[in-house]
Amino acid sequence: MAEMLSGGEMLIRALHDVGVEYVFGYPGGAALHIYDAIFKQQAVEHVLVRHEQAATHMADGYARSTGEPGVVLVTSGPGATNAITGLATAYMDSIPLVVISGQVPHDVIGTDAFQETDMIGVSRPVVKHSYMIQEAEQLPHVVKEAVYIATSGRRGPVVIDIPKDTTDPNNLFEYHIPDKIELRSYKPAERGHYGQVKRATKALLESKRPVIYAGGGVIQGDAAGELTTLARRLNYPVTNTLMGLGAFPGSDQQFLGMLGMHGTYEANNAMHHADMILAVGARFDDRVTNNPEKFCPDATVIHVDVDPASISKVIAADIPIVGQCKAVLSQILDCLDEEMQTNGVDREAVGAWWNQVNTWRGNHGLDHNLYQQESASGKLLPQQVVQMVYQATKGEAFVTSDVGQHQMFAAQYYKFDEPRKWVNSGGLGTMGFGLPSAMGVQFAHPHATVVCITGEGSFMMNMQELSTCSQYSLPIKIVNLNNQALGMVKQWQDMQYGGRHSHSTYADSLPDFVSLIRSFGHVGIRAESLQELNEAVELAFSDKHAMDLVFIDAIIDPDEHIYPMFVKGGAVNDMVLKKHA
Amino acid sequence: MRHLLSVLLENEAGALSRVVGLFAQRDFNIETLTVAPTEDETLSRLTLVTIGDDRKIEQITKHLNRLIEVVKVIDLTDNVHIERELMLVKVRAETDSRAEVKRTCDIFRGQIVDVTPNTYTIQLVGPTEKLLAFIEAIGSTKIMEVVRSGVSGISRGTKVLSV
Repeated sequence: MAEMLSGGEMLIRALHDVGVEYVFGYPGGAALHIYDAIFKQQAVEHVLVRHEQAATHMADGYARSTGEPGVVLVTSGPGATNAITGLATAYMDSIPLVVISGQVPHDVIGTDAFQETDMIGVSRPVVKHSYMIQEAEQLPHVVKEAVYIATSGRRGPVVIDIPKDTTDPNNLFEYHIPDKIELRSYKPAERGHYGQVKRATKALLESKRPVIYAGGGVIQGDAAGELTTLARRLNYPVTNTLMGLGAFPGSDQQFLGMLGMHGTYEANNAMHHADMILAVGARFDDRVTNNPEKFCPDATVIHVDVDPASISKVIAADIPIVGQCKAVLSQILDCLDEEMQTNGVDREAVGAWWNQVNTWRGNHGLDHNLYQQESASGKLLPQQVVQMVYQATKGEAFVTSDVGQHQMFAAQYYKFDEPRKWVNSGGLGTMGFGLPSAMGVQFAHPHATVVCITGEGSFMMNMQELSTCSQYSLPIKIVNLNNQALGMVKQWQDMQYGGRHSHSTYADSLPDFVSLIRSFGHVGIRAESLQELNEAVELAFSDKHAMDLVFIDAIIDPDEHIYPMFVKGGAVNDMVLKKHA
Repeated sequence: MRHLLSVLLENEAGALSRVVGLFAQRDFNIETLTVAPTEDETLSRLTLVTIGDDRKIEQITKHLNRLIEVVKVIDLTDNVHIERELMLVKVRAETDSRAEVKRTCDIFRGQIVDVTPNTYTIQLVGPTEKLLAFIEAIGSTKIMEVVRSGVSGISRGTKVLSV
C-alpha cells in the first residue's frame, strides 16, 4: 500500500523523487504547512535567504552551473511578487527553474485576502508554464511535469501556485508519482530535419568567409563539446554571445572573443564580412545585431535552435534547423564525414580569411596584459582587475556578474574555457543578480572557486545576502569594481547626453564596504593601487582564506568607459573603439 | 492581411488567458475571438482573426505553438475554408418601418427570434461581410443593439484539425 502523506509532505517527497537537492526559500503564512513538512525530513535541504528575489537568483545560479533545475519556495503575496524579477531573468535566458509559491486557501481566493496576489496572472508573461493546484492529489504529478517542462525543449521557469488548504497536514493521501510525463500538446523538437542538415553541411563547406556564432543555447543544451569538435574540424573562426561564453574555449586561437555591442573588433568585423554564419543556440538579440537592416549583408545564415519562434524572428534564416543543438551538431558532424569524402573545406579561401581576421585582431584586439603596467591615470583600471582575477584563478573559476560595465569587462577579459562557468543575466540585465547567483553556484559546487565580479551599484541591490553567506559559510570571492557611480549609465550619459550625469552618481553616500563586509563576519580588503590589488587578489585566493568569503573593494578609475561599443543604428562592425578626447 | 487562425487547446483553466496574454505581450492584435469545447470535452477550439504580414503571422503561429496547452494551430486562410459568424441585432420596428425591417431580414435570410410591439430581434448567420452588409442595409438609426459571436471557421473538403 502506498504511503499516506499530506499535501505539504507530498510536495517535498516529490521534489526529492525528481532529484532536487536544494530549495531556496523564505517562509510565510500561506507556505507554513509546507515549511512544517520540510522541518520533518532531511532529504531536501532548504536554504533560508533574506529576500525572495535573491532566492530565485540562487536557484538560477545553481541551474546555470549544473544544468539541473533550480527550485524556489516562497509564500503568497509579497513573497510571490518578489520572485517575479528572478522569474523574468530566468525566462529571458531560458534557465530551468521551478518556483513554488504559497497561495491563500481556495475558499478565500478572489476576496482580496491578506497576502493574496494572483501569482499565476502576475507571472504569466515571464514563465514557460504555470500551475494552480486544485487538489492535493495533483501535487506529485505536477512537480514531475513542471520539472519536465522546465528542463526540456527551450528551457525556462515554471511556477506552481499552491493554495494553503491543499497542503493541510490533517488531510492525508496516497502518494503516487508518475515514472514518465507524456503531453500531447508539448513535444519539444529533438533531431533536425535531415534535408536541412545536409543543406547546411554543404553551405558550411562551400563557405569562403565562415563564422560560427554560438549562444547560450549551446551551453543550456550541453552542446559545447559538439560545437568545439565541429569548429576545430573545420578550423573556422568562432565567436560567442554574452550568454554563450564558454561554449567554445575562450583561450583557443580560433576564438574571436564575444561579439555584439561590446564585442571585440575582430568578432564584429568577421561577422559583418562573413559569407556564411552558422548560428547555434543564439537568437540574434538587438545587442548582437545592431541595426538588423545592416546586419551581415553577404552572409548565408544557417540557424540552429530548439525554439522555432527564435528562428527568423529578427534575421531571416536561409537554412533554418529546428532541433536540440547537441543533436543537430552531431548530425552535421556525421554529414560532414560523408561530404568531406567528396568536398573538402576550401583551405586556401579560409586561410586568406584567417589572415584577414588576424589583421583585425592585431590592430584593435583587446590587450590581455594590461594588468602588468600602471595606467596613465595612475588609477586602477577595471580591465586590470579582471585580468588579475583571471590569472589568480588560472581561468578555472566560476564567475558570476551583475549588470553594467563590470559585466562587460568580465565578459571581455575573463577567458572561459568551459561551459557553465560564466553566469550572468544577459537577457533581462538584472542588477542584483551577481551575489545570489554566486551563492547558488557555490551550493552546487561546494569545493569550487566562485567569484562574483560586481560593481557597487549592483552589489547594493542584494547585499542583504551577505547574512545568508554567513549562515551557510559560503566562501565566495567578491570583486567589487567600485567606480562610485552607475558606470554604464554614466558612460551613456557621457556619450549621448552631453555628460549630464542625471542620477548616476552617489560617491558621498557610499558605505565603507570593508567595514560593512566585516560586520557580517567576512573578510574585506580595499585596493587602490596595482600593488594593493596584487596583494588583495593573492590573499583572497590563498589557502588561508579558502573557507572565507572575501570581498575586494577595488577602487577603479571612475572615468573608464567600456569599448568597443556599437555606433547606434549602424552595422555590426560600426564601433567606437576608444574615448574621444 | 487578415488571417483566420484555428487553435486546438487543452480545455483547462487558464489556457485561454495564456493565448490572450500572448497577443498583448507580443503586440499582436486580435480582431475577433471565439472559443468553446469540442466533441472531445478535454479540448477547446479557438478561432481568432488577426491582421499582419506573413512574417508577423508566422511569429504569432510559432508563439501560439510554444504555449504548453496549445495542441495544434492552423491558418485557415492558407486554404479554402468556410467562415461563419452569428449576429443578434435588436432593431426598432415601429408601425411604419415594421414591414420594411422584416423584408430586409428576409432578403438576408435572417430570422426574427424575438418580437415586441416596437422591436424585432434578428438572428443572422454568415460570413462577416454579410453581417456588415445587413447592418448597413437596416440603417444605424434603427439599430438598438448588436451582438456578434466572432468568426468560426472550418476547412473545406476532407481536411480536419484534430489531435
